[in-house]
Amino acid sequence: MAPTDRTDKSMSMKAAIAAFVRDGATVCLEGFTHLIPTAAGHEIIRQGRRDLTVVRMTADIVVDQMIAAGCVTRLVSSFVGNSSAGSLGELRRRVESADPAPLAFEEYSHYGMICRYLAGAQRLPFYPLRSYGGSDLPSVNSDLRKVTSPYPGPDGGPEQIYVVPPVNPDVTIIHAQRADRRGNTQIWGLTGVQAEAVYAADKAIVVVEEIVDDEVIRSDPNRTLVPAHAVDAVVRCPRGAHPSFAQGYYDRDNAFYRAWSHISKDPQRLQDWLDEWVRGTADHAEYVDRLGEEFWARLAVGEALSEPVDYGRRL
Amino acid sequence: MTHAAPDAVTSSELLSVVASRELAARRTVFAGIGLPTLATELAHLTVAPDIEVVYESGVCGAHPARLPETIADAVLITGAEAVISMPMLFGCVLQGGHIDVGFLGAAQIDRWGNLNTSVIGDWDSPSVRLPGSGGGVEVMANSREVFVVMRRHHPRSFPAELDFCTTPGPDRALAEGIRPLGSGVTRVITELGIMAREGVGEELRLVAVQPGVTVEQVRAATGWELRVADTVDEVPPPTGAELRLLREDVDPDRVYLR
Repeated sequence: MAPTDRTDKSMSMKAAIAAFVRDGATVCLEGFTHLIPTAAGHEIIRQGRRDLTVVRMTADIVVDQMIAAGCVTRLVSSFVGNSSAGSLGELRRRVESADPAPLAFEEYSHYGMICRYLAGAQRLPFYPLRSYGGSDLPSVNSDLRKVTSPYPGPDGGPEQIYVVPPVNPDVTIIHAQRADRRGNTQIWGLTGVQAEAVYAADKAIVVVEEIVDDEVIRSDPNRTLVPAHAVDAVVRCPRGAHPSFAQGYYDRDNAFYRAWSHISKDPQRLQDWLDEWVRGTADHAEYVDRLGEEFWARLAVGEALSEPVDYGRRL
Repeated sequence: MTHAAPDAVTSSELLSVVASRELAARRTVFAGIGLPTLATELAHLTVAPDIEVVYESGVCGAHPARLPETIADAVLITGAEAVISMPMLFGCVLQGGHIDVGFLGAAQIDRWGNLNTSVIGDWDSPSVRLPGSGGGVEVMANSREVFVVMRRHHPRSFPAELDFCTTPGPDRALAEGIRPLGSGVTRVITELGIMAREGVGEELRLVAVQPGVTVEQVRAATGWELRVADTVDEVPPPTGAELRLLREDVDPDRVYLR
């Protein structure tokens, strides 16, 4: 039998960010609209990290906030927008007019980013995909390269295909519904590219709505998206994905997405927002408290239980 | 079926109805949120009852209790037939060739159906930084055909030359020696009319105008010398039944019906 890692990896958000996110690091934050690790991004801002390279498919509000707080010098992404609710004011100022400082941007498409995680997770030199032929993206991103397949194409002749390089972040941070103390992490609903992003990284922090007993996890092992061996820290942080959502826990705060377009459009208003809600709160619990129970009641969701499956047991 | 008075029909309603009719006989649609959602939901109630919508978030066979506000809205997940990971969705479903029609939008489209969603101006120092590809590059490369719905028909959004080609159609791909799976853009639906294109080597041609719109108006609103089909039809206006379904069943809260 393989040895079982019995380490308790649970720690505070403050301690996890201090231990695993260093100045100058490459930090991946994943979660495709669902389970965005916002609270972790806020703690990175509170701790004043600098010169980060942020890797994230859909660079949205939390990335705009980290850029505005001066944490980020390079962004690797395939969608730099505020969902369908409008723009990211800080990101646009940086890219359009280097105001107040430039932002290096590596532009990909979604599957290009996914393939970078797949290559990174599997320690492969590159990953091929049927994208980018005829696109201007390779002219602004020299990491999009073309190779000749070693095998004949469908017509028997040589076949050209684009490849992307692996990405191996220093740390990947994801948010999930629940995990046990050792890091066996269960996610349901949209699962995005979180597992691949964790395996691509050197270290991984999993932020969860709940830390649950081993028995809860073991009652449904197929629900475990990330096994404990890939996880370095487990942080309990309820409502840590706001303004995104956690399936079965709370709904998406669509009003805040719309508001962000206005807040971020005005640099002073954006900094005031960060002062009040991030730099002016000790931790995410204070942010949650300050929003108030009435606010959270509006994002509450009703119950929709799955039918239990029977894993069976040998008699 | 009765025809509603044309002045009572909003631009969103018109575009959704016209786009929904184009989905007849299609099985799988890759759709984003907004007009494509309305078009596919309406098609589901009219010309394509068995259509399956695949969302970029990984939801297949959604049965939402309410109209979704984003491609990842929790209402799409509860009660869905399947929710799959991003590598599965983009690798197996899309690149594996399972999508009949992909819906895309763009800031700019050219005569070959190439799309710009990255920048207005120069990429290094743009006057407007747009969101970028998202999954657009993959939707174009791998769907059998692509429908583009453009809210505004204007020479700036239909230029002779794109400021930047984010998402290439098959002609540009072939010129670089890459074989794309699909035909690229086959329909462009705007408030002025419908342009069509069969596949590789063909420019977009004006095939229909919206009621009250002339061919000259469409030419003037297009930034290149627009080809026009031998016969240009007039788009049949939305029927009373189509509008009723759209307004009462698909989007009663007018989330997208602006």
